[in-house]
Formats: sequence, structure tokens, C-alpha cells
Amino acid sequence: MIDSVDKLTQRTADLKGRTQAGTQVLVSMGTCGVAAGAAPVLDALKSEIANRKLENAVKIVETGCMGLCHCEPSIEILSSETGKSFTYGNVKPEDAGKILDNLNDIAAGMSTVERTWYYPELEDNTENKIQARIVLKNSGRINPELLDDYLANDGYSALAKVLTKMQPQDVIDEITASGLRGRGGGGFPTGMKWSFAAAQKSDDKYMICNADEGDPGAFMDRAVLEGDPHAVLEAMAIAGYAIGANHGIIYIRAEYPLAIQRLQIAISQAEKEGLLGDNIFGSGFNFKLELKYGAGAFVCGEETALIHSIEGKRGEPTFKPPFPAVSGLWKKPTIVNNVETYANVPAIIRKGSAWFKKIGTEKSAGTKVFALAGKVKDVGLVEVPMGTKLRDIIFGLGGGIENDKEFKAVQTGGPSGGCIKADKLDTPIDYDNLIALGSMMGSGGMIVMDEDDCMVNVAKFFLEFTLDESCGKCTPCRIGNKRLYEMLEEICEGKGTAQTLEKLRNLSHTIKDTALCGLGQTSPNPVLSTMINFEDEYLAHVQDKSCPAGVCTKLITYEINDNCVGCTLCARNCPVNCISGERKALHVIDQSKCIKCGVCYSACKFHAIDRK
Amino acid sequence: MSCCDCQGKGQEELNLIEQFPEKREQLEAYIATLDIGDDREKNRGFLIQSLHKAQDIFGYLPLSVQLFVADKLKLHLSEVYGVISFYSYFTDKPVGKYKINVCTGTACFVKGAGSILEEFKRYLNIECGETSRDRKFSLGALRCVGACSLAPVVMVNEKVYGKVSTKMVPDIISECK
Repeated sequence: MIDSVDKLTQRTADLKGRTQAGTQVLVSMGTCGVAAGAAPVLDALKSEIANRKLENAVKIVETGCMGLCHCEPSIEILSSETGKSFTYGNVKPEDAGKILDNLNDIAAGMSTVERTWYYPELEDNTENKIQARIVLKNSGRINPELLDDYLANDGYSALAKVLTKMQPQDVIDEITASGLRGRGGGGFPTGMKWSFAAAQKSDDKYMICNADEGDPGAFMDRAVLEGDPHAVLEAMAIAGYAIGANHGIIYIRAEYPLAIQRLQIAISQAEKEGLLGDNIFGSGFNFKLELKYGAGAFVCGEETALIHSIEGKRGEPTFKPPFPAVSGLWKKPTIVNNVETYANVPAIIRKGSAWFKKIGTEKSAGTKVFALAGKVKDVGLVEVPMGTKLRDIIFGLGGGIENDKEFKAVQTGGPSGGCIKADKLDTPIDYDNLIALGSMMGSGGMIVMDEDDCMVNVAKFFLEFTLDESCGKCTPCRIGNKRLYEMLEEICEGKGTAQTLEKLRNLSHTIKDTALCGLGQTSPNPVLSTMINFEDEYLAHVQDKSCPAGVCTKLITYEINDNCVGCTLCARNCPVNCISGERKALHVIDQSKCIKCGVCYSACKFHAIDRK
Repeated sequence: MSCCDCQGKGQEELNLIEQFPEKREQLEAYIATLDIGDDREKNRGFLIQSLHKAQDIFGYLPLSVQLFVADKLKLHLSEVYGVISFYSYFTDKPVGKYKINVCTGTACFVKGAGSILEEFKRYLNIECGETSRDRKFSLGALRCVGACSLAPVVMVNEKVYGKVSTKMVPDIISECK
């Protein structure tokens, strides 16, 4: 039991001084790593180590996500003798021998991945480093299933400091001074939110962690929960102390089995050591945590809907006020914060608000984690200081656009956000700048699109998502979005007119102004931002009845031109057999049968197929 | 929620609670660990986790299972059904042995998930959200499994297929044996 601060200090000191094996091999075992084949790599390394009787010299650490999604499975070699470390990407099981042959240097025939981040809490060396890791500090570095690994990295020292040296109001003041804003979407100042609940007199209060990450294309919360679950538990206890709550609930997606498993392990470890439960560190403060599971409803990211879901009801939002901070779960004062917001809290307490405030921009302090995906070369989970330029993320960290295509747009903020075009790539990203660009921070999905993406179709995609996920309670969202979707369908089918565009714009504004909750109020953003930034594309669909990106099937035709050498490849690949022609003679597409799947277009090696 | 004609009545004759006493006991044992009292509001707080458990055990949540849960938690059937129909994770229709889910998150969408879903529909001759007549395949779309570097992604039960192309669709289907 770690029932006093002295015991914690002693334990941490012991762990920091423990003799490490000569070399540590860190294997990235997040969901994405496992999906890419990390498990066979791990097995191969283990059996190779056993064969060579290296158990004492080499220690394998199964970590959470390192964020190097583009080259999973990835492993990092850390030598405690030389202090050197290097990371291998795209590791295959048969590489295990090669890697173990030469642990002090880069193994022959293996390519390494350069680390592009620094840890603001530990080092000042920012040279050539775009990323700064606070939230992801431990992800990919420690074994998330071992409490000792977390303790060795000053884990729970922030909770100890708070419970023994600070009053609840001091904690709120510290978080307010740090400038931390909610990382789940809206960017509301976290300290201010806590102060509302702290001001309420009530026998019971609740601290909720929103881990129902539903934004398609965002997975940073999952990475934190899988890679560093104790950080979230510690932060929730700190927040509980600040507002006077003794109950914490983590509301997590049922679709995240690995994150759930690691949270369960972490909670039982913390309870066993007395870091959660009654009289933590002998301070008299009690804090209990439980898990509640979501069941696949995006709207449950909205805090009132989330609370109803925990109460076992349909996850429909209710009008605010009263805010949950006044009347939330079971009508008691409740604070809902997102996973990433919590993950910042222990570092702020450990290093102080002034340290945190220095990172990022004036109005958006700290860092933000983005899930960089789409048509970018190096897909990954990146954490950058607020104020970093979009260009540095996409072309610096992401390595530019796949297949040397032209960059067209980047979508941030998920279904509530918007598309930003090339001339705005040098804007420093923070909450306010993104809103000024017609998008928003959201939870941090960042999807890059190239010349082959039709922006009208993209807007339609997000609308389809909102339609699916609208809870149906308020009319603007339930019916308005349906009408928006139908209009976008008309445009994509070449049935749109100038009037359709006008109606689309007007209805979008009406929905924004009148919907009940955040989901509805932001649902037209993808439409409005694409209409403003890519007006020419909408006009091409409406006036010229053409889709410049060649995506909207009703507006395109495939024709074979004179380059055709009669190789028959297109005809053999066509799924509906609508291409005919003799060998070594010009082929013809039967337009009445063509389903416009584009298989012939990608199969042809002679540029003999035109898409119009 | 509509039932297609191959289910409907036949399904109700198949009372899962009566037919599988050992499964019923398993669910009953789980609910017994919960702090169920006379306060219906508090009981309702246990509803979603009970339904998760029930779906784990039975595979889906037909009327007989809904009635059983409602009875144990002292809730109305309408409240239980209201929750099942709201959350996409729950289903009151039987699902296939192989649950094929095409990720339609944004990253997969821009990499062509739409045409892959179409190809699965064509091959299996069922729509998204349906189960084949022999109950071998269910086809669905899911939102982001977080393996965006492997986009487009298809999941068959727990197995993840990455960088899927339309050409791989028949192979994925024939691997389900």
C-alpha cells in the first residue's frame, strides 16, 4: 500500500534507481500496431531472446501506441549503456534475429525512423522537432499494464502534491492559470468549468471522463487510454478533489476492447495500492472510479446526452441551462471532461501553470494531439504545440501527399468541422484560428484530401454521418439535415440548380441557429465550409453538370481513346463485361451497361481511357 | 425497426430464454451482482451494461431477452426497447456467423471504402445492415476502428484486413469458412 506521500516518494526513487537490463526493446502494441501485425513480431523477438539466453540482458516492453502508424509494427531499441535509442519501422517477424545480432547499432538491412518529437517536461532540445509530447509522454515508452512503470515516471506525484499541499481552490486556480481548454471539441476553459461545480453545495458530485471517442478518423483518446491509462485516473482524482467529488465515471466506447481492458487493470492496481479508494495518501479524501460503456451513439459525446446514457436512457441531449456543473448525473453537480484534457492535468500540477502557459499560443496553451490520416504519406498520431502551422504538420510530419498528387484540402473537426484549402496552410492552428477558417478543433481528426476528392461528395459524406447519428429529438437536426442531404444528392447527380445552392446555404444557417445541441448546431459546417472554399466545384456540378475530381458517378463517363493498343486488359477486368473489341484493335465501352466503377481506368497501362 | 420476412414470427417462437437455460442462468447470475433495488431510476443505470452482457451471451436481443431484462431490472419493456433501438451497438435481429464490417470513417472514405462496401453488397447480395439467408454473413459499416494507416479497413469478426481493394473482396469472403 502506498498510503502516504513518503511511501510514494520512496517507491518512485527506488524505481528510478532500479537496475535496467542492458537493452530494452519497446514493441508498440496499440490496436493499430496489433492490426498491422505486432503480435507475431513480439513472439519472434521473445523466442529469439530465449534461444540466445538473453533474458537478463534484453528486456521486452510492450507499450501503447508510439504514433508511427505509417510504419507499424514499430519497435524502439533503448540501450541503457550507451544511452542511444533508435526506432525500426515495418518490422517483420523474420527481422528478430537481425535486430538481436546487433543491439548497439542499427542492424544491417534495417531502416530506422527518426524521432520527430521532444518532451517539454524533460528536455529543452527543440531543434528540428515539430512535435512536443505532454499528453503522449508515456505512450509508447512505458508498459501501460505496469503501475511501476508509471510511478517511475513521477506517476501519482501530482495527486500527492494536490492532496497534501494544496487546497481545492488552489488546484482550480492553477488549472485556470495554465490556460488549459477542453480538448474534446469546444475548447471551454477547464479551470472555469471546474469552478462552477466547486461552487455548488451538494452531498454528491460526479467527475466524468468522456472516452466515447466517436469522431470518424480520430483515435487519440484511445491511444492515451491504451498507452497511459494511469494518467487519466490520476487526473480524475485531482479534479475530483478540486470540485469536491468522490465518484468518477469513465464512459468508454464498447468498441475499444483493449482500452477497456487496460483501464480495468489500471483501476484495480490503483485500488490495491490505495491510490484510489478511501483516505488516499492519508489525506481523508476518497475517490472511487467505475467504467460505464457506451453503445455506439455519436451524440453521446454531447455532455447532457452522455449523462442520460449513463443513467440508462436514450442518449438524447437536453437544453442547457441547467448546465451539468449545476445539475448533471442523477441531478447532482457533474463535470464532463475529455480524455486528452485529463491527460494534461498531472503535468500541469507537476511543472506548474507558468510552464504550461509558455507552450502554445496566447489563447490556446499547451499542445494538441492530431490523428493525421487520409492521402498523406506518413499517417500517424502527432502531438504539436498549439500554433503549429498546418503546413508543418502535413508536409513536415506527414511527408506530403501520397503518390505525388496535388494537395486539395484538409478536414479538421470531424463532422462538426470544415475543409481548409491550400492558401490557408500557413495559419497557426489554435481554437480561434480554426473557427475563423470555418472549421473547428474538434477532437483532433485531421484528414488530408488530394485532387481526386470531390468536395461536394465529402460534404455529403459528413451529412450522411450526421443523419445516421442525429438522435431525432429536435426538428432542425432531424429533418433539416435530411433535406440538406437530399439537396447534396441532387447536386451530385447533376440535378442541382443555382436555386439548390441558395436553399442549401439558407437552410444550413437556419440549422446552425436553431438546433438543440452541439451536434446539430455544427452539422452544416462541412457544407458551409466547402461552399465557401470550393465554390467553383459546386458551380461545376450545378452549371456544367460535371465533377472535376471525377468522383460523382452520375456526372462522369469513361471512353476509350486512340491510345488503345487492344491489350484486352480493361475488358478482362470489367466486372460487368461491357467492354468489347478484338485483340490488338480499339476497344469500346457500352455506355448503357457501364456502372462507372473505374476499374478499367486504373487497369489501363496506356492512358487510353478518358474520364470526363 | 423492421423485420424482414425470413425472421419475424419464426423468431418469436424461438424463445431464447426458454431454449437456453444455461445462457439464461449466466445472464441471471450477472444481473444478481448488480445493486438492483426498488428505485427504478437507479435500476435503469444498470440497463446498458446488462444489455451488453445479454448480447454477449445470446448474440442478439430478441423480444424474449428484452422481456427477461426488463423484468429483472423492474423496468418497462418499452424502456428497454427504446434503448436497444437507439444505440447502434445493440441489435434485435440475429447476426451472421461472419460479421463483415467495412470501416466508413473519414480516412477510409477518402481511400475508397464506399466502393468496397458496394462490392461486398454485390457479392453477398445483401444490403448494409442485413444478414444473408443462411445466416453466414452479416454486412455492416462501422465508424473508424482507428487503424487509419491501413485504410481502407474491413473487419471480419475480430480480424482486421488493411489496405483492402475491391479485388480482395472475393478472397476475403472465401476465407470465411
